[in-house]
Amino acid sequence: MLLIYCPYCEEERPEAEFTYAGQAHIVRPGNPSDMSDDEFAAFLFMRDNAKGVHAERWRHTHGCGRFFNVLRDTVTDKILMTYKAGEPRPALSTEAAQ
Amino acid sequence: MSLTLPRTDASPQHAGTLTKPRAIDGPVGGAYRVAGEGRVNRDRPMLFTFDGRVISALEGDTVASALLASGIHLLGRSFKYHRPRGILTAGSEEPNALIGTDRGPGRREPNTRATVQEVFEGLRTTSQNRWPSLRFDIGAVNDLASPLIGAGFYYKTFMKPRGFWDKVYEPLIRKAAGLGTAPDAIDPDIYTSRYAHADVLVVGAGAAGIAAALAAGRAGASVMLVDEQTEIGGGLLSDPDAVIDGQPAWNWLAAAAAELDGMANVTVLPRATAIAYNHQNMVAVAERLTDHLAEPPAGMPRERLWRVRAKQVVLAQGALEKPMVFAGNDRPGVMLASAAHTYLKRYGVLVGKQIIVASAHDSAWATAAALAEAGAYVRIAEARADVPGPVRQRAVDAGVEFDFSMVATGTAGRDRVYAAQLQLLRDGEPRGGDWFPCDTVLMAGGWTPSVHLFSHTKGKLRWDSKRQAFLPGECTEACVAAGAGAGVWGLDGALKTGSEAGASVASAAGYEAEPAKVKVQSNCFGDVGSIAEAAPGSYASAKAFVDYQNDVTAKDVRQAVQEGMRSIEHVKRYTTSGMATDQGKSSNINALLIAAEALGKSPPEVGLTTFRPPYTPTTFGLFANHHRGATFDPERRTSIDAWAADNGAVFEPVSQWRRARYFPRSGENMDAAVLRECATTREACGVFDASTLGKIEVTGPDAAEFLNRIYTNPLAKLPVGKCRYALLLGEDGYIRDDGIIGRLSETRFHVTTTTGGAARVLAMMEDYRQTEFTDLKVWLTSSTEQWATVAINGPKARKVLAPLVDGLDIAHEAFAHMSIAECAVAGVPARLMRASFTGECGFEVNVPARHGRAVWEAIWASAEPHGGCVYGTETMHVLRAEKGFIIVGQDTDGTVTPDDAGLAWALGKKKPDFVGKRGLMRPDLTASGRKQLVGLMTEDPTLRLPEGAQIVRGPLQPPPMPMIGHVTSSYRSAALGRTFAMALIEDGRSLIGSKVELPTLDGERQSAEVVKPMFYDAENARLVGEPA
Repeated sequence: MLLIYCPYCEEERPEAEFTYAGQAHIVRPGNPSDMSDDEFAAFLFMRDNAKGVHAERWRHTHGCGRFFNVLRDTVTDKILMTYKAGEPRPALSTEAAQ
Repeated sequence: MSLTLPRTDASPQHAGTLTKPRAIDGPVGGAYRVAGEGRVNRDRPMLFTFDGRVISALEGDTVASALLASGIHLLGRSFKYHRPRGILTAGSEEPNALIGTDRGPGRREPNTRATVQEVFEGLRTTSQNRWPSLRFDIGAVNDLASPLIGAGFYYKTFMKPRGFWDKVYEPLIRKAAGLGTAPDAIDPDIYTSRYAHADVLVVGAGAAGIAAALAAGRAGASVMLVDEQTEIGGGLLSDPDAVIDGQPAWNWLAAAAAELDGMANVTVLPRATAIAYNHQNMVAVAERLTDHLAEPPAGMPRERLWRVRAKQVVLAQGALEKPMVFAGNDRPGVMLASAAHTYLKRYGVLVGKQIIVASAHDSAWATAAALAEAGAYVRIAEARADVPGPVRQRAVDAGVEFDFSMVATGTAGRDRVYAAQLQLLRDGEPRGGDWFPCDTVLMAGGWTPSVHLFSHTKGKLRWDSKRQAFLPGECTEACVAAGAGAGVWGLDGALKTGSEAGASVASAAGYEAEPAKVKVQSNCFGDVGSIAEAAPGSYASAKAFVDYQNDVTAKDVRQAVQEGMRSIEHVKRYTTSGMATDQGKSSNINALLIAAEALGKSPPEVGLTTFRPPYTPTTFGLFANHHRGATFDPERRTSIDAWAADNGAVFEPVSQWRRARYFPRSGENMDAAVLRECATTREACGVFDASTLGKIEVTGPDAAEFLNRIYTNPLAKLPVGKCRYALLLGEDGYIRDDGIIGRLSETRFHVTTTTGGAARVLAMMEDYRQTEFTDLKVWLTSSTEQWATVAINGPKARKVLAPLVDGLDIAHEAFAHMSIAECAVAGVPARLMRASFTGECGFEVNVPARHGRAVWEAIWASAEPHGGCVYGTETMHVLRAEKGFIIVGQDTDGTVTPDDAGLAWALGKKKPDFVGKRGLMRPDLTASGRKQLVGLMTEDPTLRLPEGAQIVRGPLQPPPMPMIGHVTSSYRSAALGRTFAMALIEDGRSLIGSKVELPTLDGERQSAEVVKPMFYDAENARLVGEPA
């Protein structure tokens, strides 16, 4: 079981309190009806399948209830850092990524 | 002395009362017990049975040590060839000595390792995988037929004809294969679990682990020391002759145990196996609490699962001795040298009297000397050309005979080995050789560090060619390996690296720590060589076993390579080597060395298979723990549930809720009760507990705009006091949920969801609120459990409710259909909705949950004189279906659009955007040929179609016919006097008026007419109801 640091509660809590919520930084377009079928399909269906660092959303469901972002290495399953929703994806130094 | 054994069956082997003098063979504790040796308690003799035979044992014995003490080496038959097998090891890695145990009614367990099971008074054990008896086993013909059933046998043989697999091959294989038989009763034991947090977790309480725990504990760190054995000590328990700091090893051990026991910051758990090393230093530990007790205290859990989260972990799991691969290395009487050492020094049991030791490392020489000193004749065949002088000298002094450059290449015997062939190695080839009579052959093929838990962390292993072993390399977790598990051989190295590891992890956890300096004066471990096959490749037809539990031979491994397997992962799967319950603890390295030799590659190029949790076989009970029976999943009950139970409700689970399904009166079955409840509701009125509906309070200045974007319907201009049926889609345009939304004020909405969808819908709304519609000021609160909801439906609903309502006129005109208002019902503040899921005049009374039962009883008291009834979910389903109302998840399946369900009217087409609006424009969702919700009327009005039945165009189509849809809901209707159904059918609305067919399981076909999904009161005239 992972320990996840909630950037809102500012505490490390067990994974059981959290829910995974898909890839991060996918912004719902302001007016989806203006999108072409291809653009909409890319928004709706296409997701990264990273080997390595993956930016993803988690929700502290059984805690503060907030959605936030996580950088996780999909090879080691290690969480490298967490940050609040709406913040840009931080650049990771090479050491941190390892 | 007499004892009573628990009586579990009528077999004469399981007699009730036994009297020791009549029943016992030989002296107390067994004929092979050696005076003055062992830690067993000679003052506490006990009796147990093996295949009905009464065996004498001593307190501290395992089943294996007690059987060996009585000279019993034959314990079972092997998995595939049914070869006689005995005891290979003295630990949890045992592949052969699997027995059934019987600890009383319902407590029968197969495949227990005799080397782990502690003896207690009255324990019953049985051998396995033999019929009719252990000595005469019919399945042993497999051994003679073995040339036919080598590697890949199953893959090659049972391919054709295809239809034979299910009916012929699989049942036969299942009958012939397998080990013990599964228990046939529900496990009466309880299992428990707890979390623990520690600065330092030390896995393994041998010399290294104890030294680590002492160093960390003395520094003040909180320490957990866990070990799978019955007491701490590990290898020290088998090594009383060692001298540590001037003391005999067992004195040092006792002092260390006392010191650990005296430290409040140290917890020592024996009988506790670390089974899994998970992320971020969470280690699962399986603690056995009662399997060693003759009379466990009532209510005591059998096992406890510890989830230990440690800042730092010390892995001190030690090393396992490796067998050698030669013909007949599996006969009873052939075992590991270290096991013989343990049986002698820890249990006081001499495993044989005429012993051949096939050695490749120094510790076997100490074993040989000890066995000779205990009175056995011992001869060493040492594969190496020489050993160090002191090692040799002790053997000489003890009268051990030995040869260098000599290997064992064969054994003879059936139920017990009686001779071994020893051959000289010249240029690596065995030459000449004689047969030597013996009753025991000991194997010492090298030592394999236990890196299992380290591997669970996905830490990298590195190959050490000198030790012929994988060692812990780069680590991914905060852990340190110490002692033999890190490839450090010998007691002094174990104590030194253990102490250093303990000090370093305590420092890392924030304590000031120093490693202790311990001096070891005597140490039997010495230098370690390693060999796998005594004579590589020379066993073309021989039974030279690599994996004992799965009966895999060296020949099988070579054959797998010959047939094209290049990776050890392929060799493993093709031969099944390492795939038994012992996970190849004694076989993996030998299989790897043989495969590498056959491939002409180095072992790391061929690779090591992955170790996976659990480290040792673990009970299902431990994993299931409290999650069984009534506590498998939480059960939610409404505040009205107890009334339903008191009034004869039959319940059904609906998501996590327990819901009343119907209320049968005397003599009624479900069909009769549901028909009556339906008829009564339509003729008079029915009262229904709808408390499980999900409820979300949506508040804030932008609440209306938020709901307008989330739901399909136009909600921004919903007037205060009004309700609307609303649909929720995903971005893909498919129906996710539905419910009724009522506006209580400009800034406050009462939103209902389906029973099963409540949490999902709230999570989805929160997602949009927090991350997409961040411009909106809105707040969401789950209020499902705050409200009890009573639905009253039927022409007399108003008559029933009106006398109970204060502060609101509920006349048809004053309080129209789809209204919401606050008032009092039965004196309790309420939110009253006029809404109907039945097509009748309907009200939904929401009151604070604590008043739910009182208000329910008041409504029921008012309804009963009007000829009303209470009804359950089944009647609710029928009544809504008669009106064509969908149930999300029953009539929809996650691929149904509003238009498919006939609900296009609920789309706010003028809204610029809502969740799912763009998705509905996708080409596939607007194309023809989509499945649409329609009604079905069978030709036979008494026939109720099965839900899920497939629909084809009919009639007169030759099979195979394309399936065009399926039945989603199907009921008997009191109002219609016949059956009816709903179905999703391709272009279903265009088929209205035509016939479709439904093939049934018995090969017949039913015919049905496609109709509109509206079966009752299409004009909605009944919504008005009678005046109060």
